[in-house]
Amino acid sequence: MNTNLFEMGDIDIAWCPGCGNYSILDALKLALTELQIVPEKLVIVSGIGQAAKIPHYLRTNVFNGLHGRAVPVATAIRAVNTELTVIAEGGDGDMYGEGGNHFIHAMRRNPNITHIVHNNMVYALTKGQASPTSQWGFKTPVQVAGVMEEPFNAIAIAISQDASFVARALASDVEKTKNILQRAIAHKGYALVDIFQHCLSFNKVNTYQWFKDNTYYLEDDHDPHDRQRAFERATEKGQFPLGIFYMNPAKPCFEETLSAYRVSREPLFKRRPDMESLIALVDGKRGG
Amino acid sequence: MMSGGRFRVITMSTHSKGAVMTGNAIKKRDDVSIVIAGEAGQGIQTVEHILTKVLKAAGYNIFGTKEYMSRVRGGSNSTQIRVSSKRVSAPVDRIDILIPFGREALRHVSKRVTSDTAIIGEREELSDSVLGATEEIIGIPFSEIAREVGGKLYLNTVATGVIAGLFDVGMGVFDDHIRKFFSDAEDDIIEKNRNAARKGYEAAEKLNESGTVVVAIDKDPDVASEILINGAEAVGIGAIAGGCNFVASYPMSPSTAVLVFLSVHSAEFQIIAEQTEDEIGAMNMALGAWYAGARAMVTTSGGGFALMEESVGLAGMLESPVVIHLAQRPGPATGLPTRTEQGDLQLALYSGHGEFPRIILAPGALEDAVYLTHMAFNLADRYQIPVFILTDQYLMDSYYNLPSVNLKDTRVVNYVVRTDAEYQRYALTETGVSPRGIPGFGTGLVSVDSDEHDEKGHITEDLELRVQMVDKRLAKIHEMETDAVAPELVGSADYTFLVVGWGSTYHVIREAIGKLDRDDVSFLHFKQVYPLHRETVHYLKRAKQVIMVEGNATSQFANLITRHTGFAIRDRIVKYNGLQFSVEEVVAKVQKIVNQEV
Repeated sequence: MNTNLFEMGDIDIAWCPGCGNYSILDALKLALTELQIVPEKLVIVSGIGQAAKIPHYLRTNVFNGLHGRAVPVATAIRAVNTELTVIAEGGDGDMYGEGGNHFIHAMRRNPNITHIVHNNMVYALTKGQASPTSQWGFKTPVQVAGVMEEPFNAIAIAISQDASFVARALASDVEKTKNILQRAIAHKGYALVDIFQHCLSFNKVNTYQWFKDNTYYLEDDHDPHDRQRAFERATEKGQFPLGIFYMNPAKPCFEETLSAYRVSREPLFKRRPDMESLIALVDGKRGG
Repeated sequence: MMSGGRFRVITMSTHSKGAVMTGNAIKKRDDVSIVIAGEAGQGIQTVEHILTKVLKAAGYNIFGTKEYMSRVRGGSNSTQIRVSSKRVSAPVDRIDILIPFGREALRHVSKRVTSDTAIIGEREELSDSVLGATEEIIGIPFSEIAREVGGKLYLNTVATGVIAGLFDVGMGVFDDHIRKFFSDAEDDIIEKNRNAARKGYEAAEKLNESGTVVVAIDKDPDVASEILINGAEAVGIGAIAGGCNFVASYPMSPSTAVLVFLSVHSAEFQIIAEQTEDEIGAMNMALGAWYAGARAMVTTSGGGFALMEESVGLAGMLESPVVIHLAQRPGPATGLPTRTEQGDLQLALYSGHGEFPRIILAPGALEDAVYLTHMAFNLADRYQIPVFILTDQYLMDSYYNLPSVNLKDTRVVNYVVRTDAEYQRYALTETGVSPRGIPGFGTGLVSVDSDEHDEKGHITEDLELRVQMVDKRLAKIHEMETDAVAPELVGSADYTFLVVGWGSTYHVIREAIGKLDRDDVSFLHFKQVYPLHRETVHYLKRAKQVIMVEGNATSQFANLITRHTGFAIRDRIVKYNGLQFSVEEVVAKVQKIVNQEV
């Protein structure tokens, strides 16, 4: 497929050769192209980390903000202009560590955004410390005796919060990742896509091969509308399932509930305050 | 000192019938200070709400302010309402009429009670020497009346009736206000409140007839049709006038009232009002909203703002407009949650790491709170910077009547450009301001980046470009200074002593300067505290002596002036006990300094 619209040409990319981020970038460009989304109507919001550099590597509107803060920014962008497709994208430390509170509340708020989390179970930009998703016993220069904390199970948390779309993908499988991203972007409401990704430089345990050996796709007959079952699958021991765990398309999304859109769908930048009503409001303070 | 068990407060203007009674008057004045004190939960707020409105409706100028503890029940709180034939807009220590709901309430304000204070309350409860041997209570059996009506719940409405009666607002007008205020209640509750109000009103008429307490102040029928707003409403109205259509915040006293105001009016004015999970989320939403073309603000107080600081720096780097309403309360940390202070000027000035421009506005008058808040949105958009509205609990919670607010001169100036394919968000320009495009408007792409970036908005580590970008961001300060709001000089331009203040102390100092009544003392009020207006130092140098008055311990604004102008201000009147200055306090302290010098 021709992803020309999103190609930046010859640019300097800061990722290591062979990084899983390249496959995610490819899958994303393919998904956007197939969905016929144009760069001018797309915004990718990111925070800090290697994954968070992704919006600089495809032609689109970019909001590269602070560590952990992409989700509230993306929520607001979509809320003030519902003509835009909005993606919040970053790594596991960015989104589940620093941004954990925003993650939880985004599920409650249910904005129509896609939340893509590159999950390599390690902090790469800061050179190899544990991340919230690092597995038990994972040794690093900081966690010298190995990680002693329960790995963060974003999929189970999202299902427990009735997040409206919950999926896990595997970066090295570009085709299936593209399909999942497509479904997530087309989904109306908050969509979480956690993408397993190897880190060549700083994670010598959860390697390309390890992810291949320790994951499998949910069966074709898995019913993503069955929340109980989805939760069971998300908390299985042993190998990690991939695919769309859960969806609840019936939930109203944040923008739909806003009174600002009751009369008009126009983006806010096209509107001006109603001065007559404001004068009436002030006159109302005269009492009587 | 009182005599013979009869206590007479006669307040009057020379034009009123009260003038006949001059001989009997303890004090002759044309403004009366009423204080109602009691526990949280006793309904003092209701008294304040109804009385400020009904007194104004009767043609009195009013000013209302309150001080309260951080609790929902119990404690000791008080509300002051000044009633006058002239405009009043500042708190005084003096209490002419005091209604304490119980002994603790009387004790709470005891330092302000003098022999001229008429204490109206329940004799049995109050006469047992709360204040020593001198006080005399003008007895009204509040509890008994409330019980007759339906329970002690109605005590506050009885008290409301007493004040309304003393000021002769007219039973019909009063009854209308009572019905309106309780209109959402059940019929039975409305009736009981009307009864309580009437009985209080009648009790006051008796005090009046017997000459125990006589109030005679000129009413001005024009006042009845003036507007009555508080600081929170003024900021909210200004925000709407400035085109605010997005507010994200986490509730925090004393800033919450602005979030409430904008939320209540969100449907009417198509405002997206969102209560966020935390202040970090709020500030990031505001920046996302501006990026996509909204005009967003956050409203918070010191502790909440401390959480937003990182994103103030983000605004600096992204060159994003944002309006921050920072309603100050005493810190550090939780401090005194319901009190007032001007202690966060430095916090606002230095918030966010790195170097980038900002503007800090500090309204004092309610009219200014409207106008400056409106202006903040245009300034933020024009310079693509954070703009602060620095208020405090005192300003948020204080009311007075004014003819109107000037909305004719307000306008929403649009600085957003339509992008073309070649668009560069950070195009280098002479003024430092690059045309601001937004995604989805035009054919260009809009890239903003918290990393140092190139003109297109992509990450760079080109160190020469870094210098150019810093220079570009800081270049805006030149025009911002030229454009700064000038300080307001009150009094003669030919002064010896110049009293300087900023923000919410405006009316207090203004009234105090008036009371001093000396042509050699003038007052300079700053509504914009950063960047300083270029004339600042000239005003200061013209004085033989400059006296700073501000509500913090370290005189932050005096230090700011010294740092930016080199002009040292030696005389500093500061206050940091959580309460606003009173007029008397400023008079006494300024007088002391001025007299020493002569």
